[in-house]
Amino acid sequence: MTDAKVDASSGGAAPPTTPVPSGKPGAFSRRTFMRWSIPTGWTAFTAACVSGLVATGRFMFPNVLFEPPQSFKAGRPDEYNVGEVDTRWVDSYGVWIVRDQTGFYALIATCTHLGCTPNWLATENKFKCPCHGSGFYRTGVNFEGPAPRPLERARIVLADDGQILIDKSVKYQQEKGDWEKPGSFLRA
Amino acid sequence: MATTPKTLIGRAQELVTSTQVWKSVFRNRLPDDRRSRALVVLSNVFLHLHPVRIHKSGIRVKFTWCMGGLTFFFFLVLTFTGLLLMFYYRPTVAYAYMDIVDLAEQVPLGIMRELHRWSGHAMVITVWLHMLRVFLTGSYKPPREFNWSVGVLLLVLTLLLSFTGYLLPWDQLAIWAITVGSNMARATPLLGHEGPGSALLTLGDVPLITSGSDARFALLGGRFVGEGALLRFYVLHCVGIPLVAAILMAVHFWRVRKDGGISRPL
Repeated sequence: MTDAKVDASSGGAAPPTTPVPSGKPGAFSRRTFMRWSIPTGWTAFTAACVSGLVATGRFMFPNVLFEPPQSFKAGRPDEYNVGEVDTRWVDSYGVWIVRDQTGFYALIATCTHLGCTPNWLATENKFKCPCHGSGFYRTGVNFEGPAPRPLERARIVLADDGQILIDKSVKYQQEKGDWEKPGSFLRA
Repeated sequence: MATTPKTLIGRAQELVTSTQVWKSVFRNRLPDDRRSRALVVLSNVFLHLHPVRIHKSGIRVKFTWCMGGLTFFFFLVLTFTGLLLMFYYRPTVAYAYMDIVDLAEQVPLGIMRELHRWSGHAMVITVWLHMLRVFLTGSYKPPREFNWSVGVLLLVLTLLLSFTGYLLPWDQLAIWAITVGSNMARATPLLGHEGPGSALLTLGDVPLITSGSDARFALLGGRFVGEGALLRFYVLHCVGIPLVAAILMAVHFWRVRKDGGISRPL
């Protein structure tokens, strides 16, 4: 400090010299402290802000959902009558289990038009959506109304205990050829 | 004051305006000339959003259709009636529908909900007509282009207010309308589980964007329109969106003045 003052007063127009860091070389000076603490501080502040934002976003995704699980056991195969569309799981899980001559498949009860829940009309032998009138055969294939594609099927397998296991998180779409895959159909 | 003859009214007025209570509220004298009228507007927190002086074209109905003002009026009506409805309405699956029925049948002045509903419809209509007027008079052009953008955001918020309020009666129409409407969020690019690019976001074999973690899930608080959706829409409808809209409205009105005043050629 004193050196710089003397220079400035004697030289007049001389450019101000950089003050020499005080203390011995290698000592922890004020400048060293600033050089490290300011970037560190801003980095920590930015990290705190970002993690606060992330935490706030994560807050909107609950850990426990009070809704039916995606996967469930649907009883033993002999509890289903051949040739029937079974509606016992529609209210709780949103799935129809259809038993035809050769086996089972699980149709997801979500209209492929805009996502309403169709009804199974046994007398008319079709699924009918109340929102915009889309109709589906018992296979799930659409034939009337605005629905652009067949109903989706859920994964259906036999569990170790001999019960039917439905997993809605695995979907099979007819238009993608998925209905040929194992899991989309359970042979009796 | 001193020069005018002392009438009874004049004396009463002097008595009131000389009290400390009066003078602590109103810092300037009664608005009886141009300067004091301007001061009244300038020194009042509610009036100061409005300009002290406007061009004579600003009050011509043919220029403005009064649609922006009417939209704000409906917003105020909706805030007031909505606040009253909150004293009775409980946003849960067990109570919501019956509370709406009770609001019409049991609560005194059963038209409060209808006032809220019709004002909501009216606000959507007036905000569109306001936008049409601004377009027809070319008031979106520089230097007002920023305020047009703020207005577009306010239009979106108005529609979102309408959309979130639609669910609250919790009848079949409400549930399926929101089911259909929120299904659009499935197709959000990257963040919707049926949207383009969402399959790219994976950790190894585990997909990050599923029906339990996508944009629609965040909106509904669940995989379908249920308890979580009702509560989230209620909070957004009553607090979240109105708060943002109020802030943007303040910016919007302020910029009307700063960008050259209401509805006149520059």
